[in-house]
Amino acid sequence: MQRLRRTMMFVPGNNPGMMADAYIYGPDSIMLDLEDSVTMAEKDTARLLVHNALKTIDYGDTEMVVRINPLNTPYGKKDIEAVVKAGVHVIRMPKTETAEEVIEVEREIEKVEKEIGCLGRTQIMAAIESALGVVNAYAIATASKRMMGIALGAEDYSANLKTQRTPEGSELLLARETIVVAARAAGIDALDTVYSNLNDMETFRKEVETIKKLGFDGKSIINPRQIEVVNEVFAPKEKEIQKSLTILAAIKEAEKKGSGVIAVNGKMVDRPVVIRAQRTIDLAIASGILTKEDIQ
Amino acid sequence: MNSIKDRADLIAAAAKKMGKEVFSNGFVKDSTPRFELQKQAGKVVTLEEAIKKSGLKDGMTISFHHHFRGGDKVINMVVAKLAEMGFKNLHLASSSLIDVHEPLIEHIKNGVITKISTSGLRGALATEISHGLMDEPVVFRSHGSRGYAIKSGELHIDVAFLGASSCDPLGNAAGYSTSENAKSICGSLGYALPDAKYADHTIILTDDLVDYPNQHNAISEADVDYVVVVDSVGDSSKISSGAIRDTKNPRDILLAKQAAKVVMNSGYFENGFSLQTGSGGASLAVTKYLRQGMIDKGIKASFALGGITSHMVKLHQEGLIDRLIDVQSFDKVAAESLMNDPKHKGVSANEYAAMLEPGSATHYLDVVILSALEVDVNFNVNVLVGSDGIIRGAIGGHPDTAADSALSIIVCPLLRGRIPCVVDEVTTLITPGSTVDVVVTEFGVAVNPRRPELKARLEAAGIKIVEITELRDRAKSIIGNAAPLPFGDKVVGVVMARDGSVMDVIKNIAD
Repeated sequence: MQRLRRTMMFVPGNNPGMMADAYIYGPDSIMLDLEDSVTMAEKDTARLLVHNALKTIDYGDTEMVVRINPLNTPYGKKDIEAVVKAGVHVIRMPKTETAEEVIEVEREIEKVEKEIGCLGRTQIMAAIESALGVVNAYAIATASKRMMGIALGAEDYSANLKTQRTPEGSELLLARETIVVAARAAGIDALDTVYSNLNDMETFRKEVETIKKLGFDGKSIINPRQIEVVNEVFAPKEKEIQKSLTILAAIKEAEKKGSGVIAVNGKMVDRPVVIRAQRTIDLAIASGILTKEDIQ
Repeated sequence: MNSIKDRADLIAAAAKKMGKEVFSNGFVKDSTPRFELQKQAGKVVTLEEAIKKSGLKDGMTISFHHHFRGGDKVINMVVAKLAEMGFKNLHLASSSLIDVHEPLIEHIKNGVITKISTSGLRGALATEISHGLMDEPVVFRSHGSRGYAIKSGELHIDVAFLGASSCDPLGNAAGYSTSENAKSICGSLGYALPDAKYADHTIILTDDLVDYPNQHNAISEADVDYVVVVDSVGDSSKISSGAIRDTKNPRDILLAKQAAKVVMNSGYFENGFSLQTGSGGASLAVTKYLRQGMIDKGIKASFALGGITSHMVKLHQEGLIDRLIDVQSFDKVAAESLMNDPKHKGVSANEYAAMLEPGSATHYLDVVILSALEVDVNFNVNVLVGSDGIIRGAIGGHPDTAADSALSIIVCPLLRGRIPCVVDEVTTLITPGSTVDVVVTEFGVAVNPRRPELKARLEAAGIKIVEITELRDRAKSIIGNAAPLPFGDKVVGVVMARDGSVMDVIKNIAD
């Protein structure tokens, strides 16, 4: 089963209580932040805290991501060293604009991985938060074989565009579509930006519905209360699940017989249909609608 | 002939046989207008007069209730008056004491109060007592035990000082007022009822003296000796402060949802079931999530018990809970519902939760959801003493409801900041593990090994069941082993069990 990334929950790297708790809400990924949520004065303590959290707290199957400071700050390299040594799954680069920045981060990661003997363990994702980043989205997405996803950071992006965020998000449409297309072309995941008004769950839900339609794999979130909404929107509908189960059963049957092409209910089933069906079932399991036993 | 004169000998004979006097017709009728007369009933006096007339002496026991919680004004007012009048060595027996009762510290230092019995202690008073302020240990009882101890005479009350939101000149008193001069409301007077009934003298303090008869009365004039009118008995806006919180905390919400899921799959979630929730944020929030389950499955509860909250009132008004049984109103909405709704019944502490009262409502309770400061690997619970050794809570009805209910669920986070809530051994034993069935934490649900059938049902419903030792280990893995608490050798508190035996003691904590 491919890893799902419906929800990537932001947790400030200077808040031990929240770091210890984050796992219990069941986000698909947890992103411990060393960048914007940590003031200059706390950069070193936060790095130490995040390092120790990764080493001591049992986060189960949750994907652990750390957002580092950019390499052109005094903190970026130290961040990479601390979190790679602690076994982080993914390093998230903020404000990424070019493929070269990714390559530079990769180089730093490699240095540390070689030192501790785990070459190739750490993945990278890049947040795209400017017009230049959007223009370079595909180059960024393909800059390293470690790339697992690209994400939109809408606040900086809309400021860069000289506009403001609106509830319907028309100012983000091109960036969102570009990021999804670039991610798909590169064969990696696409993650949407945060929505920060916790008192307006209705608009949040609409935004999640929109980005799901656009093709995103999931959304960055800032509060555990948002998880349920995202998971509900991403949960496949009963009809979809039944259809997907039928398709997967038929393809299994066909494989047994050695036949490549199959038809279900009179319609030809080809590779993309099978992939979509598999993703539907993965989502259904993650949403608790199906169990692994159900599909045996 | 058969006139009364002819029967005079027979009347005299009957009187003699019964040891009585013969009726002499000495009655004098009073023609004062009755509206005037009721005001002259003689019970309405000043606080000082009431104290003098009650015969209170040094060394006696005075009692109070805590229905106004953070808004209570009666305890501080009365004890200040007693201090002013020169009383010493008094035993203060309140249904509970909280932050607002901090002024008692001075009265203890000055020897006015030398002994305390209560269900709980919070704030500066609790901290001082934990550090050894008093020579005599504080005696802690659950609400049910206190009611029964008062009835049985174990806790004999000489003078009860009971605040009421309305009272007529003869002493019919209630925790609310229907008059237009109503100043306060606290709802149920459940914890004050044993005091009113069994104290040698009962003094009602009220901020709304209403015309006789006060149409709703929790306390009867038959039990009241004096009525004292004061400016204010309590600030009603603070009755939902203290322990009672409506949570937006995502962890509390997660715990509440999980606890609701446990209830719904426990086997007790059937038409006619009964429920109670405790006063912690998470255990209160469970009501919200149970509501949806009740609607979805078409299940209705026969009654909700205990501290009644606005959430419970809402479910009752929606027809999901038939009756409310209220020993303590947890907020203003609940207090107003008690005043207005005939299916919302106020009960005394004895009718609520006494182990030895066959009629106590807890005996007929299916599910109770409670919070905890600590739970240990033997399912013992502490709700009184913090992990720092300082008293910071109340026994309340915790051990009563846990023991009497068919299913007791403890909801607590595994960690509160750096403090683990699942431990090897609780700091103070309040509710024995033999009466606790399920512990719900954010890292999984532990079921008491005594209840294998319950465990099987919850597992079948897809609830993640863990061993309680796994929870302890997880807490330790994050926090490590805490240094032992610096307890001294002085006993500052004694915890009474439900059956009147001594269950545990609390030692003083060093500075």
